[in-house]
Amino acid sequence: MRIVVCIKEVSSRESRYEVASDEAWINEANISFEINECDEYALEEGLKLKEHFGGEVVVLSVGDPRAEKVMRKALAMGADRGILIADERRQLTSPHLLGKVMSSALKDEEFDLVLTGTQSDDLSYAQTAVVLAELLSIPHATIIMKIEAEPEAKRLRALREMESGRFQWLELPLPALLSIQAGSSPVRYASLKGIMQARKKEIRTLKPEELGVEATAVPELEVVRLYQKKEERKAELLEGETGAIVEQLVEKLQKEAKVL
Amino acid sequence: MKELIYVLVDHNGENINPTSLETLVLGQELAEKTGRRLHALLLGCNVRNLAEQLAGYEVDSVIYTDNALLEDYTFESQCEALSQILKTETPALLLMAHSYQNIDMAPRLSARLGKALVTDCVDFKLSEGELVFVRKMFRAKLYADVRVRSEPPWLVTLQAGSRFADALVKGSAKVIDRQVDLSSVEIKRVTGETVDFAKDRVDLSQAETIVAVGRGIKKQENMDLIRDLADVVNAEIGASRPVVDNDWLSRDRQIGSSGQTVSPRLYLAIGISGAIQHVVGMKSSQCIVAINSDRNAPIFNVATYGILGDLQEIVPALTKKLREIL
Repeated sequence: MRIVVCIKEVSSRESRYEVASDEAWINEANISFEINECDEYALEEGLKLKEHFGGEVVVLSVGDPRAEKVMRKALAMGADRGILIADERRQLTSPHLLGKVMSSALKDEEFDLVLTGTQSDDLSYAQTAVVLAELLSIPHATIIMKIEAEPEAKRLRALREMESGRFQWLELPLPALLSIQAGSSPVRYASLKGIMQARKKEIRTLKPEELGVEATAVPELEVVRLYQKKEERKAELLEGETGAIVEQLVEKLQKEAKVL
Repeated sequence: MKELIYVLVDHNGENINPTSLETLVLGQELAEKTGRRLHALLLGCNVRNLAEQLAGYEVDSVIYTDNALLEDYTFESQCEALSQILKTETPALLLMAHSYQNIDMAPRLSARLGKALVTDCVDFKLSEGELVFVRKMFRAKLYADVRVRSEPPWLVTLQAGSRFADALVKGSAKVIDRQVDLSSVEIKRVTGETVDFAKDRVDLSQAETIVAVGRGIKKQENMDLIRDLADVVNAEIGASRPVVDNDWLSRDRQIGSSGQTVSPRLYLAIGISGAIQHVVGMKSSQCIVAINSDRNAPIFNVATYGILGDLQEIVPALTKKLREIL
């Protein structure tokens, strides 16, 4: 199987976010970056399918040129090669523009399956996967927890998460696109050997202009202001020495809230 | 002709999705503030009854489409039906619930029509005639005002709990039958059996006290701290998603949109950051205590009391203190 896994570089979970002076993005000065969480699960699913059926895993990413680093990590985990769409202008920030460059980049790739995460931990639109499927004219399924592929028969079954603890099996012909939910199965670590090999693996860098998006293209969605809402905190915050705050809490639960 | 606002109303054939009613509240607000006319839109098979129900709210009309291909949800027929409707009627806005179903369908519709979709909104702002949508970004730690830069219709999904369905204004609307032609639709994705992990589950909805644990627990060994605390306060143990994904607790103990909804008297959220998917399942608890090491964790926005600190230190101390007095 030839499997394309879309991964995105995002600010790490531990980040303390500060809004940049343009109010449209975060201040990236003291931020570290990692692979978007559910994309890592998508990669794991892709690597498992390759181990089982043979073939190739291609990682595709759109982002700052610095995203090469997270791509190397994906290659170290076992992906075979990478395609990086370098967005130096930070212009590709909307699902339609992302879908456009990604679908153009995949035009000549004869893939069987495209895997993505369900949503990114920065913009969190949860759209790009499905937009990409439409632009590639292939069926899709979202929020997938398990894949049972039958590449010979050109089809797969995927278990989709639904509301209230229910799941549903869907059957799709290949090629197809699945967006993978975080937690689908444990993600592997890169081995030392993998890290060494990753250095030699190919990462092809493409520019938006080569993929049909000119510098003048306007994203359909634009963040006009990013902000923190501090007044929203409702909790009475107890902090300090452990013994003292535990005493305080218990007293409040007994006397104020009357729930003990 | 006045500009139109459509609200797509989800249902399961019998009942209307509560989030869709919340979305209709948003529609009523927007109609009032912008002077646009509001229509509810219902897709399905034999949905006239549901349409009549909706006609009891203040909308201009309830438009319903009966078609055998819309009886069970498929993104293919849903997208085609909505494309046909939006191409002829061109409303300014199509509002939808941010449901598992719409998040599967709406981006496809958006790409097909070349019209923007703003997902998971919690509010809107209208100033000097410009409408922007408010949504959370960056792990729900920041808010963003988002502007749409493509031509209408604009597609919008609303997060559950952003409005109160009780606020719906009653009225009396006409019901309109609107047919679509789905003969060209090819269903490639076939829906199979449903697996219900919730069927034989521990029922947490009746629990008086719940100790819930999240990603902050870090290691399976630390689960003992949670069990000890739960023992002392005679609580059921619940969890947010990452803990269940790690198999540290069975999936039937998951609380949130993909798990159970609970409202105990006391809810102790330990190492839970407070992602909306978890919060929707526990926010109506009477008293919420959150223990978290991140001052900016959104759980502190719903908690009654918050303790800022390391749970490995605080939980045993709390257990010890409670053991003394209970």
